[in-house]
Amino acid sequence: MSAAAELALEGLTKRYEGAVAVDAVSLTVPRGSYVVLLGPSGSGKTTVLNMLGGFTLPTAGCIRVGGADITTAPPAKRPTATVFQDYALFPHLTVAGNVGFGLSVRGMGRGEIARHVAAALALVGLAGYGPRGIAQASGGQRQRIALARALVTEPAILLLDEPLGALDLSLRRQMQDELRRIQRTEGRTFVHVTHDQEEAMAIADLIVIMNAGRIEDMGPPARLYERPRTRFAARFLGESSLLEGTVAAAGAGRIAVDTPCGRLEVEGERAPGSSVTLALRPEAVRVGAGRPGELALGELAVEEVVFQGGFVRVTGTVAGGGRLLAKVDPQSLPAGVARVPATVRAGGLVLLED
Amino acid sequence: MMAALARHGTAALVMGPLFAFIYLPVAVLVLFSLHAGSVPVPPFEGPSLHWYRAVLDNDRVTGAAWNSLLVGVLSSALATLLATLAAWGLARHRVPGARALEALLYLPLAVSYLVIGVGLLVAFSTAGIGKSLWAVGIGHVVLNLPLAFAVVYGQCDPGQARLEQAARDLGASEAQVFTRVTVPLLRPAILSAFLLSLTFSWDEFIVAFLLSGFDPTLPVVIWGMLRTGLNPATNAAGTLVFLVSLAAGMAFELFLVGRRAR
Repeated sequence: MSAAAELALEGLTKRYEGAVAVDAVSLTVPRGSYVVLLGPSGSGKTTVLNMLGGFTLPTAGCIRVGGADITTAPPAKRPTATVFQDYALFPHLTVAGNVGFGLSVRGMGRGEIARHVAAALALVGLAGYGPRGIAQASGGQRQRIALARALVTEPAILLLDEPLGALDLSLRRQMQDELRRIQRTEGRTFVHVTHDQEEAMAIADLIVIMNAGRIEDMGPPARLYERPRTRFAARFLGESSLLEGTVAAAGAGRIAVDTPCGRLEVEGERAPGSSVTLALRPEAVRVGAGRPGELALGELAVEEVVFQGGFVRVTGTVAGGGRLLAKVDPQSLPAGVARVPATVRAGGLVLLED
Repeated sequence: MMAALARHGTAALVMGPLFAFIYLPVAVLVLFSLHAGSVPVPPFEGPSLHWYRAVLDNDRVTGAAWNSLLVGVLSSALATLLATLAAWGLARHRVPGARALEALLYLPLAVSYLVIGVGLLVAFSTAGIGKSLWAVGIGHVVLNLPLAFAVVYGQCDPGQARLEQAARDLGASEAQVFTRVTVPLLRPAILSAFLLSLTFSWDEFIVAFLLSGFDPTLPVVIWGMLRTGLNPATNAAGTLVFLVSLAAGMAFELFLVGRRAR
């Protein structure tokens, strides 16, 4: 089995009777990256993973790994290995028996298997657990065993189906760091499916946001967060305020948009008169006296203030009717203030495609 | 308190005769197998192992016991193998007409042993296969296949399909999936099916009587002994048959029923 290889999906489609689960998904993943498929349930992310693993055959399209077409190859003949959501560990085998299964069915000798198994268990922090039974392992340990069992076969691509879903929060955060560390150590391509956006941002090199069988947006977490492409992406990954408006003037890569918050200038190209939507991340919004370079959004009628430790979460409506969500420094909003001017920092306004 | 006592009393009143009805004949059989006299009628004399010695020295009886064991082990092994493959196939793969196949596999349970025995006798004589231990063995496979299938099929659950999928993902061929995942997971069910088939084959009479030729099985020989009149030797032989069945039955409980309780 090769080390990391480039993964390419070309027009991958899965249709069930009367429904499209995955609709012409195309995607190229550079070797050795950590990809997270992020989306709500029913978005098609798990179907994509199942097609990568060979458990579901696509209706149309093609999957290539390192240039080789594996679209219709059976699971056993693919350079992929899967960490299943429920782990699917073999209850009749020991921990070592589970981890060594993939090598044993390939006919590797006992001594060599033992060496690989010991190394894989050490990698996931379970050195010395080999002789134990599966029934004795805790949830977190099962997760690690499943990971070791998949990694030991040296897959070009490791598939992880909501691998942290069954763990409690602190263990989940810890396993995120572990997964990242292991992925960097091994330099393999990981494709990880989750609906947890915090998990996705913490772990991914590349996030692919899926909705209704299509890719809504994809890119590095910082880019996706700061410059979401669509309404769905702006709302699913983090929070956003959306402002509807009409283009008043356009030129030199910038447009002026009339919104409920007044006329705002933003990067982008649209014909004057067209309807557009702008997104603002709550961190980009400030209240109080404006600073140079910030765009004024008008006076905000504060409706709700929630103290959250390092910041306060403010929701309200501006004079023109636009609703805003802001996360601001507790110092900038004295208690009991009902109306306060709001501004957005330059670059904090994003023109959405839809 | 009184109500509970009355309830227990009523239960005992029903259960007592019930268990007596089931187990008294067996108890009498075992008791008079230890009888020292030559006719198994009260008063009891003994105990004595005289009749056991007589039975174990009787070549006809010991030979028949070997025949029964041979037929039982081989026919049960074959029935269990076929049942396991059928159960796996129906549980894991989309087979056209799966429900009809399932019904066909269970159906012989509802057919009288006599009908099956006579049917096999006619079929074998038409095909030119004579009465023999082989014929009895085939008959017992026919009788026990539905039972073995029911036991194994009942234990095939979707969780196992998931584990088989994991095995394929790790590179196992279909044969490796079957031998290294499916069979180990089904082992309690497979062993239970085998032991259950063995007990049924061991004391099956009608099909064995119709199909065995010069090599009768133990139940057929015991029936022959009964025709010449009551004799404590018959009791001793019957007790031996009962003890073997009991051992197999207990092993069955241990493998399947005990495992479920855990």
